[in-house]
Amino acid sequence: MRVNFVLSEVATGLRRNLTMTVAMILTTAISLGLMGTGLLIAGMISDMKEIYYDKVQVSIFLSDDVSDEQRSAIEQQLSDSPEVASYLYESKDEAYARFQQQFSQQPELVQNTPADALPESFRVELVNPERYEVIAAEFPNGQNGVDQVRDEGDFLDRLFSLLNGARNATIAVAVVQALAALLLISNTIQLAAFNRRNETNIMRLVGASRWYTQLPFILEAAVAGLIGAALAVGGLVLTKVLFVDRTLAGPIKAGIIPPVDWSAIAFISPIIAAAGVGLAAIAAYVTLRLYVRL
Amino acid sequence: MIELQHVTKLYPASGRPALDDVSTEIDKGEFVFLIGSSGSGKSTFLRLLLKEDDPTRGTVTVNGKTLNTMSKWQVPKFRRTIGCVFQDFRLLRNRTVAQNVAFALEVINKPQRTIKRVVPEVLEMVGLEGKATRLPHELSGGEQQRVAIARAFVNRPLVLLADEPTGNLDPETSEGIMLLLERINRTGTTVIMATHDYHIVDSMRRRVIELNGGAVTRDQSRGVYGVGR
Ligand SMILES: Nc1ncnc2c1ncn2[C@@H]1O[C@H](COP(=O)(O)OP(=O)(O)OP(=O)(O)O)[C@@H](O)[C@H]1O
Ligand SMILES: [Mg+2]
Repeated sequence: MRVNFVLSEVATGLRRNLTMTVAMILTTAISLGLMGTGLLIAGMISDMKEIYYDKVQVSIFLSDDVSDEQRSAIEQQLSDSPEVASYLYESKDEAYARFQQQFSQQPELVQNTPADALPESFRVELVNPERYEVIAAEFPNGQNGVDQVRDEGDFLDRLFSLLNGARNATIAVAVVQALAALLLISNTIQLAAFNRRNETNIMRLVGASRWYTQLPFILEAAVAGLIGAALAVGGLVLTKVLFVDRTLAGPIKAGIIPPVDWSAIAFISPIIAAAGVGLAAIAAYVTLRLYVRL
Repeated sequence: MIELQHVTKLYPASGRPALDDVSTEIDKGEFVFLIGSSGSGKSTFLRLLLKEDDPTRGTVTVNGKTLNTMSKWQVPKFRRTIGCVFQDFRLLRNRTVAQNVAFALEVINKPQRTIKRVVPEVLEMVGLEGKATRLPHELSGGEQQRVAIARAFVNRPLVLLADEPTGNLDPETSEGIMLLLERINRTGTTVIMATHDYHIVDSMRRRVIELNGGAVTRDQSRGVYGVGR
């Protein structure tokens, strides 16, 4: 196959309907960028699950007037319970230190919180995290020095359902954008085929293979898809540098949110590129099949 | 050899058949005029031979291949054995004469070497040797038709289909085109030409197939355009 011929056809085609090409590339870029964001959020969610879920499932907060006997009774009960895999005691001082670290970016909040405001607690890991109710029943709130038993898993479940929602919304918008991009690609290819109908008609008459006739159009779409993917990756890089690394620096440092690593972007970039090129090429192929007589 | 057996073509839009139970045979190397009034089915006849369209009923055989059963991917290969010329030339406006002819070879993957050799040859044969670098709009109608013929013939087809090739040309220019088609015919290429030009038909005295309302009403070797004309 004559590479020069095909490439010059592709270049001419892209230039000839520039506005359509630009629209097609931008829509593709937005769609792929959102898809990439969705993938990054998904990666972040699984990182966060690792950070949080393993650690603590149930917190038993002790009341301010808890006695030493009550505290050791609770500890004894925890170490005897078959439901408990492990537990960790956190004193008021330790709680405050952790709080200071977590909110180091918000000094006013730290300043306005007295050192003894945070309760002491037992952080309990259950053999079976679903059995929260059993533990809660063993330590009734407000009795024997227990202030409150809290299912951290429940809080995490809500947090993660929020994050999952964000991910799903991003992907949903990406899908809608992808539909728009596919329609634009289809339209552009029809236009390109119409613009080059003299050439393709003659190619058909002299017996050029279908493949040879279609290839310039499919490549044209694929090139647009690739440019769209490059823009999308560029957008993700900018978002990381300008937004994530700056605005979210605090929570990331405190370990509340995992950072967006370059390796994560490097990992999803080829996926985005493949999706862009693949979808565009398939859209072009289907369009030629359905609407254009070659 | 070309053979049509009980070929009927109905276009979806119209009730009257464009071809109505046509059966005929055309031998290798024949020169055939296809005549008949406007709408009688001449172009449809040629389109079926090129497998641009399929017959509604009947079978079409060209160069030993039954077109009805030919699968889509075989069509391009088949078309390389057929040359086509039209009334409106169908040249690429932004390519030179030589490029227009070379295009037909490039898109079927002929080696550059071959193209460099055969394009000047065929341009000389059609009498355009000095005009290889001109663009179509820098040529007369007759010259443009010669480019189209060169393009149709450069791959040495077994059959040349011409749909009113002189329809846009004056009588003198038409005569030159006809001499060219005769010359191509003498190389062994079957030529089938649809035309309204009775001067040409009458002066050449070749086989004439006349269509009327899609049916063959006359098939005459060494025929003339029409009785009483
Ligand atoms: N694509 C089409 N769709 C529907 N009807 C068609 C189509 N092409 C041709 N016809 C009809 O088929 C009939 C034969 O048309 P055809 O073009 O074969 O005639 P023709 O002999 O070539 O006419 P002309 O001398 O004017 O070129 C006409 O009635 C025409 O209207
Ligand atoms: Mg016609």
